[in-house]
Amino acid sequence: MTRASSAEPLLRMRGIVKEFPGVRALDGVDLDVAAGEVHCLLGQNGAGKSTLIKVLAGAHKPDAGELEWDGARVSFGSPHAADRAGIATIHQELDLVPGLSVAENVVLGHEPARLGFTRPVGAEHIARALLRRLGHPEIPPRREVGRLPAAGQQVVSLARALSRDARLIVMDEPSAVLDSEEVDNLFRVVRELTRSGVAVVYISHRLEEIRRIGDRVTVLKDGRTVARNLPARDTPTAEVIRLMTGRAVEYALPPRGPAPTGEVVLEVSGLGRRGEFADVSFTVRAGEIVGLAGLVGSGRSEILETVYGGRRASAGSVRVRGAALRPGSVPAAVRAGLGLCPEERKSQALLLDEPVYRNVSLPVLSRFGRGGFMAADAEHASVRAATAELDVRPADPSRPVRTLSGGNQQKVVLARWLLTGCSVLLLDEPTRGVDVGARGEIYALIRRLAAQGVAVVLVSSDVPEVLGLADRVLVLRDGRVVHRAPGGELDEARVLDLVMEGSRDERD
Amino acid sequence: MSVTDPERRLAAADGSTAAEPTGAEPTGAAPGRRRPDLARLMDSGVGRNLGLVAVLAVLCVIGVATADTFATTANLLIIMTSASIIGVLTVGVTMVIIGGGIDLSVGKVMALASVWSTTVATQSYGPVVMVICALAVGAGAGLVNGVLIAYGRIVPFIVTLAMLISAQGLAEQISGKRSQIVTDPGIAAIASTRWLGIPLLVYLFALVVALGWVLLNRTTFGRRTFAIGGNPEAARLAGLDVRRHTVLLYVVSGLCCGIAAVMITSLTTTGSSTHGTLYELDAIAAVIIGGTLLSGGRGTLIGSILGVLVFTTITNLFVLNNLASEVQNIAKGAIIVAAVLFQSRAQRTTP
Repeated sequence: MTRASSAEPLLRMRGIVKEFPGVRALDGVDLDVAAGEVHCLLGQNGAGKSTLIKVLAGAHKPDAGELEWDGARVSFGSPHAADRAGIATIHQELDLVPGLSVAENVVLGHEPARLGFTRPVGAEHIARALLRRLGHPEIPPRREVGRLPAAGQQVVSLARALSRDARLIVMDEPSAVLDSEEVDNLFRVVRELTRSGVAVVYISHRLEEIRRIGDRVTVLKDGRTVARNLPARDTPTAEVIRLMTGRAVEYALPPRGPAPTGEVVLEVSGLGRRGEFADVSFTVRAGEIVGLAGLVGSGRSEILETVYGGRRASAGSVRVRGAALRPGSVPAAVRAGLGLCPEERKSQALLLDEPVYRNVSLPVLSRFGRGGFMAADAEHASVRAATAELDVRPADPSRPVRTLSGGNQQKVVLARWLLTGCSVLLLDEPTRGVDVGARGEIYALIRRLAAQGVAVVLVSSDVPEVLGLADRVLVLRDGRVVHRAPGGELDEARVLDLVMEGSRDERD
Repeated sequence: MSVTDPERRLAAADGSTAAEPTGAEPTGAAPGRRRPDLARLMDSGVGRNLGLVAVLAVLCVIGVATADTFATTANLLIIMTSASIIGVLTVGVTMVIIGGGIDLSVGKVMALASVWSTTVATQSYGPVVMVICALAVGAGAGLVNGVLIAYGRIVPFIVTLAMLISAQGLAEQISGKRSQIVTDPGIAAIASTRWLGIPLLVYLFALVVALGWVLLNRTTFGRRTFAIGGNPEAARLAGLDVRRHTVLLYVVSGLCCGIAAVMITSLTTTGSSTHGTLYELDAIAAVIIGGTLLSGGRGTLIGSILGVLVFTTITNLFVLNNLASEVQNIAKGAIIVAAVLFQSRAQRTTP
């Protein structure tokens, strides 16, 4: 704190606005970063952290606002411009070339060369010096990067940033892939960097890490800065969570009925997959909505896919109405009445260039087959009935799915499972990329399907969404269920506390 | 259902004001929007095929202008007959490519089937067994391809390349690198028989194309093929058995090789390991200029067949005009590039 306040700000962002079609991702963000400090950026999913980083790295051009770098107003037209100014970003997915050596990665794009010939020895010298400076002289510069562990790759990324004389390094959830010892190493490196005057913008969901490494905290919510330059060590957790929660846009969540008492349809017991999640058990009754809340990487999507047979479980079983499902077989799951709306709609669920009706009828093609031949009239009639019930717009089922809005694309995926008459619906981020108006419709739809007796499992990064829709909520952390409660008995702050703060117990 | 009825009624109302008695109009076709309809047409398979028909027409005009014998019945039958064998192979290759794969092995699998079905031992069982043998060898090679790709998780390019090489080797080993003369008159009769003046081979070709078209466009099998080629992950998560379907696709392609083997054996009255050299490249080239996406999920069988006809007609033109085959290959290469350039432009202008 003292370090930070005494220094001139290296970076100053004021009133940054960035709009995408239909959504204002940043709506007046302020950020001050001083040389030699670790500045933490906090906010829920969708608060605008990623967009802000991209603006900073020159990948997005802001629609309004000022950016001051080292005392002068600048605007970065391209990632290259930001790179030249000395801003380096280390993304969650490290952008290293796995087939090249450590040294080659460090100097990538800035290879020392003479007369057009690269000088591998020179590159190795540079890499070795930087790795020593980062406290990792044990990493061999000639080793292929793909063969290093995640932590080693992170160090190589840092070395690459330093090789360009970066004065500000943005680290986006660097600890997500590291174990606790590796996190300790990373922090040592970060402290070493800040001592030499480099500024670090550190993004993490783990409050305990922010306490350990951070100097000041800026909190984003719904694309705005809600608190600036809080002291990282002394701000109480409750205060941080209060700032992050509470929502500017209230979605119309349909009112909750009485707790469903139908028969148990889905029974998951002791389900596990090595390295992803373990010992997950829950049941879902007909008409019930069970929510899974947790951070990215907590195993939410993996659990859904495993229940569905898209991944093979290494332990445990899934039963539908008492009958065990064949593990690792999606066709068996679909026959048993399961349906999945996957997380990545475009890449995992849809044939974008094909018309709506072909997308909807995909899981039930054989129903429209008469000795293998498609009964086109029956297919069209059934699809029309399903899309009309979900109010897919435009109503013409021969339009390519690509031309529909995100909300209507999601409805197309839902219509698919309406058509199969599925009894268990697994929803992974059903409102991602869906605008506010269509969200309300999708919420109402989920409730209506449940009211018709469908057992629903809902995964979402949007905590209020899970709490508002689900009858019961399971809170996940690091692939384990850490808490279960009826949806009405939890609030957003409590859930965030469980998924974020709780990780301290295991790390310390 | 509730939406269908008012829309139908609306469409019917439109029809009656325009005084058109046809009630079977598709509901999506709105009158008075020529330009988008034209753009849509050009983007659809039909539009691209029209382009190929135009190319074919131009080639025919050139043919008539440069060679007196081009427009004779005899010459047109020569074109059709020589198109028929590659055409049958192309049917299988088209399906595999639409399903997201590639089959480099078709030419040599055909050679292997022709050799296996014409060994002295096989010939001793008579023509029916010879045909069954050819089909079984083709389908068997396709099955091996499919199983290695779907369950062995090896890239199709590598598996079918390996099949191409080893089928060649096996064909040479079985035949001792000698041409095996077919003694059975029944097999030879397939190529020499004519109905209404048209060789039986051309009918066979037409039959395979028709069956392939129905399979691709009117059956659940075809629908799954497009889905798996377009987005395999989405197809898998929608509950399709992607691996089994992939195996089936390669078996279909192998079966086409078997049929083509019978045809070439009959036409040349020999089974030989030298049959079908580089046919796989001709077939793939025809599929590409026919507008099928090499990455899968989009394409038409008719386009591929038009592609085959374009290539065969070019060959014929060069032969009739006594031009060197080197130039012919250069022209074919240029046509492939031109066709793909044209198609990617057309796609960009119509979003």
